[in-house]
Amino acid sequence: MSNNNMNLNLKIWRQPKKSAPGKMVDYKVSDISPDMSFLEMLDVLNIQLVEKGEDPVVFDHDCREGICGMCSLMINGQAHGPEDRTTTCQLHMRKFRDGDTIVVEPWRAKAFPVLKDLMVDRTAFDEIISAGGFISVNTGNAPDANAIPISKENADLSMDAAACIGCGACVASCKNASAMLFVSAKVSQFSLLPQGKVESSERAVNMVNKMDELGFGNCTNEAECEASCPKGISISNIARMNREYTVGSITGK
Amino acid sequence: MSEKKLDSKIPEGPIQEKWDNHKFSTKLINPANKRKYKILVVGTGLAGSSAAATLSELGYKVEAFCIQDSPRRAHSIAAQGGINAAKNYTNDGDSIWRLFYDTVKGGDYRAREANVYRLAQVSANIIDQCAAQGVPFARDYGGYLANRSFGGAQVSRTFYARGQTGQQLLLGAYSSLQKEVSKGKIKVHTRCELVDVVTVDGRARGIITRDIVSGEFQKHAADAVLLCTGGYGNVYYLSTNAMASNASAAWRAYKKGAYFANPCFTQIHPTCIPVHGDHQSKLTLMSESLRNDGRVWVPKNKDDTRKPQDIPEDERDYYLERIYPSFGNLVPRDVASRNAKAQVDLGKGVGETGVAVYLDFKDAIERDGKDAIEARYGNLFEMYQRITDDDPYVVPMRIYPAVHYTMGGLWVDYNLMTTVPGLFALGEANFSDHGANRLGASALMQGLADGYFVIPYTIGGFFAENTPDGLDENHPAFEEALNESKSIFEKLLSVNGTTPVDHFHRELGKIMWEYVGMGRDQEGLKKAIEEIPQLRKKFWSDVKIPGEGNQINVELEKAARVADFLELGELMARDALDRNESCGGHFREESQTPENEALRNDEDYCHVSAWEFKGVDNSPEKHKEELNFEYVKLSQRSYK
Repeated sequence: MSNNNMNLNLKIWRQPKKSAPGKMVDYKVSDISPDMSFLEMLDVLNIQLVEKGEDPVVFDHDCREGICGMCSLMINGQAHGPEDRTTTCQLHMRKFRDGDTIVVEPWRAKAFPVLKDLMVDRTAFDEIISAGGFISVNTGNAPDANAIPISKENADLSMDAAACIGCGACVASCKNASAMLFVSAKVSQFSLLPQGKVESSERAVNMVNKMDELGFGNCTNEAECEASCPKGISISNIARMNREYTVGSITGK
Repeated sequence: MSEKKLDSKIPEGPIQEKWDNHKFSTKLINPANKRKYKILVVGTGLAGSSAAATLSELGYKVEAFCIQDSPRRAHSIAAQGGINAAKNYTNDGDSIWRLFYDTVKGGDYRAREANVYRLAQVSANIIDQCAAQGVPFARDYGGYLANRSFGGAQVSRTFYARGQTGQQLLLGAYSSLQKEVSKGKIKVHTRCELVDVVTVDGRARGIITRDIVSGEFQKHAADAVLLCTGGYGNVYYLSTNAMASNASAAWRAYKKGAYFANPCFTQIHPTCIPVHGDHQSKLTLMSESLRNDGRVWVPKNKDDTRKPQDIPEDERDYYLERIYPSFGNLVPRDVASRNAKAQVDLGKGVGETGVAVYLDFKDAIERDGKDAIEARYGNLFEMYQRITDDDPYVVPMRIYPAVHYTMGGLWVDYNLMTTVPGLFALGEANFSDHGANRLGASALMQGLADGYFVIPYTIGGFFAENTPDGLDENHPAFEEALNESKSIFEKLLSVNGTTPVDHFHRELGKIMWEYVGMGRDQEGLKKAIEEIPQLRKKFWSDVKIPGEGNQINVELEKAARVADFLELGELMARDALDRNESCGGHFREESQTPENEALRNDEDYCHVSAWEFKGVDNSPEKHKEELNFEYVKLSQRSYK
């Protein structure tokens, strides 16, 4: 370990369970290597706590390579922390300095209740997907994959939207806790492809209605979602979704 | 050792006709009757999601289970490079036969021919299905699908969605799953972990789960159980697997009578970011697709401490290109990994630790331009830079092999059924298709083949013989299994020792990497077989788990998984010791050619070793499934 190692002060949200009140608790960690990831730093804290017989800090995480969308921390008021287009698990401690105080909180949104400490319940996202985030094709129905050419431009734009990892940073950083970026990414991915075009408007209407029903807020065009998105999903997807939604609302489809 | 014959149920007839004949001769369940059968699908990765969705479309009642907060997060999502399919869109000579041949050869002749052929046959349907679901595969300017090359093949048959192919395929399967959820036909249990398989008269009739949030144990009865729970690479502690990836479902099934096949067949992936510190929690893969354009090299001289850019061309050894001129940097994974280790063992390793080799894009950037390379691998380069703080456009990547995939798994017959009737295993959880080494871009293919196109047919054959009989959770076997599971968790909490779970996991990982890693020998394996039970004993007397079981308790979850790894590790070492030959990823130092290639012993080991549980502290019993190679002639693998 190099002598660039850091001592840090942490302020972490602790909440024993969904129904109990929570509070910020201060911790110290020392000798943190700049090459560690943020979650590895929390691992160090948790080992300390376990050794003392205390309850470790609970946080969601899994792949630790920025793709599963499980990690979800509000770090110093920023979703996924200070580095652009980076999930918490890919954030490294070299972004911090010796002596820093770091505030760590869960996603805060009505539709994402806290389960324990930093872990929240995001099943609302699954509910939105089941309201229409799919193409109605059964296994075995498919024609040859090359039967429908798709322009490279549209395929690329569709892929840009499909890169969403469903982490919820967009909701957490929006003052209205709106899920517009998440929903629009899925609506766009499909509406840009001929095979998804068939159900496009209906899909937008159903998904948006579900989003409203689940307690997510409305969009007021402040673009904080785009700024905090670890995958760089563009808000132009929201415009595309609004078009589909409008068509769907007018035609009743 | 008993050597009972295992019935693989390979259909009769020429290999090209086996699957078609089998589909025709398998009995069907009429649509009205399908809804009377209930299927539990455990795990929602590619195999689980695709199986759950497809079975539900057919009309069966399906419940799916996953440990994550959403089925979309299973670790299939992290697969980067691509998925193989014998489409021959590139007109470069691919065919079902060639994909079949490459896979059997790539697996070093330790896979079942009939399964591999079927896999190659359905590969093309997978691409069609995924494209129809809206998976945004890469396309060329004419609007048609693009392909790239992967290791162990001389054709371009790999379909991809940037460096996120696994993510896109999983989201496709997940959207199909959610489509069925929206119709009320599938119930998904999230944050819910299998803790036991329930058997009645030797047949799987359900599972016991633990709700990760409430700590509650639950009984679920069904007509069939599908384990789609992935591999066991995390037995090594450091691997490219996700943190929660575990072997527990497969292991509990093993303890209930399912045989575990070829547990020592593990894949060490050649291109991962090297280990850097003691607190490291996982290793990150850099896709094999990078070997399309990156050149692997080390300095020609030992202990060369110059920066890579200061080492002139004639003092570099592009060892893969030198040793394997026809496949070059695209040799299969086991070969690439072993050669990297050999260079490091010669003292030619690079970087701070000396345990790495270079993967260099300089020539590709000069040839195609930085933009082209960025378009191909941009997200991977970004990830590399974030983790290492080095810019791979300027300095070569440092890479080293890491545990990535396990070819071994639950033994299954041609119908994907384990030795416990009614219990099936799909995807990485089974052992079937990759032999002793899996080719790149074939895991996604196999997971989806099993789920979309194999199990929907073969399960019907089982149901035709096993009609619903009204058995439910009130059967005493459920209460018994539930109490047994509860007692394991209570026992873990009651140890109340001094050492955190991670410590034991890390220690186990060290033993596994040292003795059951890239090179294995008799002495080391015997040592592992001695040390693992000692560590297990220490675990059960000294593990410390704070908190209670009736709430979210991450340490308790981890402890239950590590307890299983501490048993599985021993079985892997036993299997590796028993298999006194080298094949694919299983390299016994004692068995190599004069050129240090894996030397098989077909006389004695041309079989699947399937192990039967006989008690934690007793030796397991080995059963053999002889492998017959009628279509691909057994020969020494060569990539020169």
